[in-house]
Amino acid sequence: MTNVDVTADQDMTVITADQVEAATADATLPPRPLVGVGPASQPASEAEPAATQPPVVRLENVSIYYGMFRAVREVTIDIAPRRITSLIGPSGSGKSTLLRSINRMNDLVPSARLEGRLLYHGQDIYDRDVDPVEVRRRIGMVFQKANPFPKSIFDNVAFGPRINGYKGDLAELVETSLRRAALWDEVKDKLKQSGLALSGGQQQRLCIARAIATSPDVILMDEPCSALDPRSTLQIEELMAELREQYTIVIVTHNMQQAARASDQTIFLTMGDDRAGFVIEQGETRQIFTNPKNRLTEDYVSGRFG
Amino acid sequence: MTAIASAGVRPIGRSGPDWRGMAFQGLLLFSLLFSLAVLATLLLDIVQRAVPVIAERGTDILTRPTSSQPTKAGVAQGIFGTGMMAVFVIAFAFPIGIMTAIYLEEYARDSRLTRFISLNIRNLAGVPSVVYGLLGLSIFVLTLGPLTGGRSMIAGGLTLAVLVLPIVIITSSEAIRAVPRALREAGYGVGASRWEVTRKLVVPAAAPGILTGTVLALSRALGETAPLILTGAVLGGFSTGNKDIIEQIFGRFTVLPVTVFDFARKPQADFRELTAAAIVVLLVITLLANAIAILLRNRFERAT
Repeated sequence: MTNVDVTADQDMTVITADQVEAATADATLPPRPLVGVGPASQPASEAEPAATQPPVVRLENVSIYYGMFRAVREVTIDIAPRRITSLIGPSGSGKSTLLRSINRMNDLVPSARLEGRLLYHGQDIYDRDVDPVEVRRRIGMVFQKANPFPKSIFDNVAFGPRINGYKGDLAELVETSLRRAALWDEVKDKLKQSGLALSGGQQQRLCIARAIATSPDVILMDEPCSALDPRSTLQIEELMAELREQYTIVIVTHNMQQAARASDQTIFLTMGDDRAGFVIEQGETRQIFTNPKNRLTEDYVSGRFG
Repeated sequence: MTAIASAGVRPIGRSGPDWRGMAFQGLLLFSLLFSLAVLATLLLDIVQRAVPVIAERGTDILTRPTSSQPTKAGVAQGIFGTGMMAVFVIAFAFPIGIMTAIYLEEYARDSRLTRFISLNIRNLAGVPSVVYGLLGLSIFVLTLGPLTGGRSMIAGGLTLAVLVLPIVIITSSEAIRAVPRALREAGYGVGASRWEVTRKLVVPAAAPGILTGTVLALSRALGETAPLILTGAVLGGFSTGNKDIIEQIFGRFTVLPVTVFDFARKPQADFRELTAAAIVVLLVITLLANAIAILLRNRFERAT
């Protein structure tokens, strides 16, 4: 069992009436840390700067290899709680590889190997006695192409809780998750329909609801809007802004405007001469886009290359 | 005058008829019609021969045992034997084959050994069935004789199960491999273990394909003759007397293809018609098996 210290985060949690209900439901999930009721509600944008809060995820000197090939080189980054962190950079800079290492999805690639330390609330999740399955329950994921299960909308959301042995009211949890994913009103009358019958944007929100249902505290999004039209993209971005109040979000995006609009913190990666991705610059999104310290960053965010 | 034309661009016209394309299309159509014609001729010929004797004797053919007299001979023992072969194949080849495929696709590491094993399973699928007959003769009949009763229904059934095992493994592997990676990732992404992803997502998604493949394998098994003659199927008449089903499993038996062969080599002219009738029965049984598989597959697809 993982033993994670999250007391520091609990005090910070921003809670609305809706979420208190959800938090109570969460409490019945056995291994999860409880989400405490925080003091006054404050908008996330005015929250303390990242530096003063302990990071939810910290990568220390992380290098990722596929066989002999080094895809990511010596990355050290902090992911601040309840903020949206975007990973940007040209193709081949290792953004997705890096993202997928945070919940050990890369373990599914037989030749993948990670060096360095990847800390989640201070615990190295690549430690020998950490179960990757447990990691993925805490750190949810939304993929580039919406990939609902070929099951009903209800079963899509209920899948995670069911396999995790959720004991509470499943119908209520499904409703809460769909509401938080801003999909409930569109699907409440057709929960038994196949998730595949929804539109692309709805499918992606269904995937977000599915990720939320296992009550993770971090949600990884791998180019979640790359296959969506601008309207659906906007919906997803609005949703992310709402979710930020309760979840830590890390998003990989090719869309500069999206990173600029939707994220609080930006990490810029590029590919080195050895074809390994590495971090050029990281910081507050506003600073990266308006006042980048590095010339490469400036060229990239202003569209001069990439 | 339009801007394009004034710029000296040739207007879009019509190119001449595409003779080569049309010739190729004609060739494709001819191939299709040729295959259909062969099939239709075979079926027509057999049905034509079978109709008089079926009309004359009706269900009597289905209920009578083999006999040396054409007016009395029937295919009852063949139907029973063929049915039992299906039971053996379903009970042994299906579970072992499907589980092997799941292991190879979902669990085994992609090593040189795995690839070597996969390649050899493919080779096994191409081994002539009479070779499997010899294998069955030496293992199930002789070596395991004390357990199987020697040349018996159980020895024949196990031989057929081994015969179609590679086909079951290959078709199931292909069905499992066709399941998109995105579905597996979705499952792992919500914290499912490999077992949960396999059982709740991959296998249900692959089920229609697996079902189609296994039923094809079953049809193949039901049409086999040579390996069964080597392992205990009787050519000619035999009596099962008052033996119960357990005793029959450990005793001599026959199957429809062997009955067809037996009838066909009989000297009496009346057996020609009876042969055709037995073939019709075999075809109907095979078609029924396929129809059930299609129905099951449609139900699976609707459920998912």
